[in-house]
Amino acid sequence: MKALKFLTRTRNGRSLDWTDWLSYVYLTLGLFLMFGPVIWLVGSSFKTEAALNEFPPSFLPYGQKAVAVPGEEKMKPVYRIKLPDGTVKELPEVRRIGLMATHIDPARPDEPIRVNVKDREPVREFKLATENYTDLGGKIQFGTYLWNSVFITLVATILTLLFNSMAAFALSKYKFKGRTSVFLLILGTLMVPPAIVLVPNFLVVSELGMLNSLWGVIWPAIATPTGVFLLRQYMLTIPDELLDAARMDHASEWQIYWRIVLPLAAPALAVLAIFSVMWRWNDFLWPLIVLSKNEKFTLQLALNAFQGDLVTQWNYLLAMTVITLLPITIVFAFLQKYITQGIASAGVK
Amino acid sequence: MKTRPGTPWFFLAPNVIVILLFTFVPIAINIYYAFTGGVNLYPLQRPGVGVENFSTLLECGSYLDPSSCTKDVFWRSIFNTAKYAFFQVSLMVLFSLITALVLNRKIIGRGFWRGVFFYPVLLSPVVVALIWKWILQRDGLLNAAMVAVDAQPVLWLAEPGWAFFWVTFVSIWAHMGFYMLILLAGLQAIPADLYEAAQLDKASPWRSLTRVTLPLLMPNLMVVLVLALIKAVQTFDEVFVLTGGGPGSATTFIVQFIYHTGFVEPVRLYGIAAAGSLLLALALVALTLLQLRLSKADEMGERAK
Repeated sequence: MKALKFLTRTRNGRSLDWTDWLSYVYLTLGLFLMFGPVIWLVGSSFKTEAALNEFPPSFLPYGQKAVAVPGEEKMKPVYRIKLPDGTVKELPEVRRIGLMATHIDPARPDEPIRVNVKDREPVREFKLATENYTDLGGKIQFGTYLWNSVFITLVATILTLLFNSMAAFALSKYKFKGRTSVFLLILGTLMVPPAIVLVPNFLVVSELGMLNSLWGVIWPAIATPTGVFLLRQYMLTIPDELLDAARMDHASEWQIYWRIVLPLAAPALAVLAIFSVMWRWNDFLWPLIVLSKNEKFTLQLALNAFQGDLVTQWNYLLAMTVITLLPITIVFAFLQKYITQGIASAGVK
Repeated sequence: MKTRPGTPWFFLAPNVIVILLFTFVPIAINIYYAFTGGVNLYPLQRPGVGVENFSTLLECGSYLDPSSCTKDVFWRSIFNTAKYAFFQVSLMVLFSLITALVLNRKIIGRGFWRGVFFYPVLLSPVVVALIWKWILQRDGLLNAAMVAVDAQPVLWLAEPGWAFFWVTFVSIWAHMGFYMLILLAGLQAIPADLYEAAQLDKASPWRSLTRVTLPLLMPNLMVVLVLALIKAVQTFDEVFVLTGGGPGSATTFIVQFIYHTGFVEPVRLYGIAAAGSLLLALALVALTLLQLRLSKADEMGERAK
């Protein structure tokens, strides 16, 4: 009782009341509901194709044990066999015709044992089907998809940082006619989600010769209004005296932007970079329209194409899904604080 | 110090050119498309048809019965979107509010729990859909659970009612964390002395929730509501991967109708797709103006505090 009391003591000295218990129950349920499906996916991605087809599914990845048999190229599946004399042995199957299977004892390969299939059961062992991952490179053009996704994400993010910060610099550090209208024009694009200009944007991109080109995905996405807004608000806090001092020393306007303002705006740039990486990595609808050739697919498009196949190869699909969610998960694990703060302050995602 | 007048424009140029090229020019073309017909993508080769595209979309025997409309899928997609938006938004805001309230209590490891609920927000729609498709498939985890409790397995994504339920459920699962975060920020901005005052007055926890927390959170709650609504009306990716709009057209939403009409059908009716986009844009502009109004009221309230 004392131990329980100690464990349930809260910071202000009183012990947990029923509302606290209820809160923790709610949170624990949430933990299962939010992480459970992802963990199930990751676990399943290590199952062999045969194990994936089992129903009901096992929690851990189990596979049938297989051993090498002298004189055979492939590993042979092992079964637990009840022999006529009543003993039980675990032996590999070498071939099967109809209801009769031939097994041999690797120690005595000259004496094949013929068994009816109903007198045996497969031997299962814990086995990680890492081939689901290692096969990806060869069986499907996984490397190409990965490269396309990485290229789009990196190039678009660099261009977003450059273009948005230049615009934010102009909007925060110069007084000129039309400043407010340009700012409103840029913010106004928040109201125009890509879904609304699908058809005409398709025309523009195809007229620019960027259909089935990664650039057709990159260019339309880079001038983000969120980025301009975020960076402008931050640059407003950089004192103008710094810029004037640099001008006294005959720095050019570009040098002021590049050498002074940009380094000082690094925290805001970092937040925008995280956002941009997530946006571009997860993009779906626009790439779906621009990229129709298989060798130009991003990971997201490839996943969609595979799941739409008549016979879904779940073992590869699951492994690919895990690889696709991995970078985002790593980014999240390390930068959670910045992401949540950024979202809370800008109100966008 | 004087700078040359062209300097700011030099810095603005790249961003503004991209916006003009990929947002404002397309808006203009979209309006042009909406009033022209035919299957040609090139604007100059499209015959003008006036408001025919709109009347085709809006023509209905009875507005309550989608199958009496010329474009029955369009109306069905509007009905579906409306139904979806209602359930998804109200349930999602409710659950993100509950979660935010729980996380705002004195609990151990708040950062961790916040991360738990927020994590799915970052996953791509395709990944989210595949995670759940794997669970909901015929031989999936959920049906295994059904069999374990002696119930019949169900084809979750092949029955219209269930498919609609799961589409709503999965999108709440994926986006709830975002709204929870905004509400949590709102809750933490409520001054602590108000609660102390309530405690001095011996107000019950329920009373301080309904009399202090909720009224002060109301502006945030309204913003969250409208934001969620704007997103819900544009839902596409997750649903497209999870159900493909089916079975039949049970989970076909407006954006998918536009995508289908413009890019999938053998005869691509760009005019119809563009007209549909304009109608959607109209709804979104109305919602955005509502949001601006609400956040302005929010700011006023902040100043008054």
